[in-house]
Amino acid sequence: MHGFTHRSIMRNVCMSEDVNKYSIEVTDLVKQFGDFTAVKGVSFSVRQGSIFAFLGPNGAGKTTTIKMLTTLLKPTSGTVQLNGIDPTKNQDTARKSFGIVFQDQSVDEELTAYENMYFHAMLYGVERIRAQAMITELLTEFELIERKDSLVKEFSGGMRRRLEIARSFLHEPNIIFLDEPTLGLDPQTRAKLWAHVLKLNKEKGVTVFLTTHYMEEAERMADQVAVIDHGAILAQGTVDEIKEEAGAETLEQAFLDMTGRDIRESEATGLERMRNFKRRR
Amino acid sequence: MGVIHILWLRQIKRYLRSRARMLGSLAQPLLFFVALGFGFGPVFEQAGNGSYIQFLAPGVIAMSVMFTSVFSGIDLIWDKQFGFLKETLVAPVSRVKILFGRTLGAATVAMMQGCLVFLLTFLFGFRPENMLYLPLAFLFMAFIAFLFTALGTALASLVNDMHAFPMIMNFLVMPLFFLSGALFPLENLPAGIRYATYGNPLRYGVDGLHISMSGLEGIGIMADMGTLLVFIVAIMGLGVYLFKRIEI
Repeated sequence: MHGFTHRSIMRNVCMSEDVNKYSIEVTDLVKQFGDFTAVKGVSFSVRQGSIFAFLGPNGAGKTTTIKMLTTLLKPTSGTVQLNGIDPTKNQDTARKSFGIVFQDQSVDEELTAYENMYFHAMLYGVERIRAQAMITELLTEFELIERKDSLVKEFSGGMRRRLEIARSFLHEPNIIFLDEPTLGLDPQTRAKLWAHVLKLNKEKGVTVFLTTHYMEEAERMADQVAVIDHGAILAQGTVDEIKEEAGAETLEQAFLDMTGRDIRESEATGLERMRNFKRRR
Repeated sequence: MGVIHILWLRQIKRYLRSRARMLGSLAQPLLFFVALGFGFGPVFEQAGNGSYIQFLAPGVIAMSVMFTSVFSGIDLIWDKQFGFLKETLVAPVSRVKILFGRTLGAATVAMMQGCLVFLLTFLFGFRPENMLYLPLAFLFMAFIAFLFTALGTALASLVNDMHAFPMIMNFLVMPLFFLSGALFPLENLPAGIRYATYGNPLRYGVDGLHISMSGLEGIGIMADMGTLLVFIVAIMGLGVYLFKRIEI
């Protein structure tokens, strides 16, 4: 009895320590392209093993922020810590600690599903035998094992997305960035995809950082939410806290109240602004 | 080495799976052999310059290797626009290794294409002057492949428009090709143009192939090799600089 109580206390202590650990810590992050500030001093922290939804309309600064977190863009100022590592200083160590699924397709259509996975494993220095075992495990998990030797160009959009997500878990990262992973997928595929992600989040304790335009997905999946618009964070907290703050019944209502209901004119993305800025120089 | 090997292997697999690309790129050399070989051949021979096919074949091989190499830059633009490059750029791998792996892969593909054209030349009556010199010829093909793949990659690092790239490359590469000595001897060109051709790296590749495949006289094997190596180092250096600056 005494031993049981002690274990319970220890487990609670460990859990509370985990809860206080952050996988991602962002402080006053700024990105400027010439005189345009795409990200205006955003700060947030993402707890280890949690699911964090980063929401915002098109052109709000979501993808630019993800690019800075994942070393694709250098911040103008501010700090980022991924598992306690500064990606601007220890780029390779930071890169090993996360996986990413980009908004656009990033698998090679001319390669098979297995080859795409294997090439990723080699890029991340996964040992050959381990890589083979992990590929089989993940392709089975994501229900692609039957098609492992098929060229990706023969895959549907949903299958490609599943392959990309499976691939992002291959080097066993602690953090996964999912940039609008369900865009353009049918509800069945979306549901299946989230089930896989949720399972890996729970079983392996992987922190999930996601962006999505489907508010019901964020409401259902996320432990924490941040809403960004025009490069600044408008609100952050749990889904209930966000709804309460906006006095809304659903996350979608809260989101629309915060970011406005007018359709946004098509704004240049951060990348386009960056290229325009370089051209002007 | 694993990363370079895997990026090299990717290019090879993509090439071997694309039969249309493989066969399609034989069309241009074929046209040159039929139109120029049969058209200009008798004139060339009447002028006392020897067999035109012995002159033309190394030039057309060089052309094929150069065009395949330089247009491999389109793959980089494609990868920039459609994602695979992002996958490699967020991996814990240095950009120099990524660039080297890609360049080595594309250069190998260009070499393979050059070997196919080499086999094609036999159909038109070309015969290597000395079989012992063939390894040297393949070395020159490799130099051309590496140099122009590096050039294609360097420019593709700057350009994001897939439609503009071939136009820019044609503007740059066509003069290099026509003033390389691949189609006609350069000795009779006006002095100004003739001297300018010494700044053309393809000239040294074509010259090396002429010497090693057809036994023709030229600048000299060592001078050709040395100059090509200098060009390769310079263009690779530029490629590394530009590739490191890519932001996607």
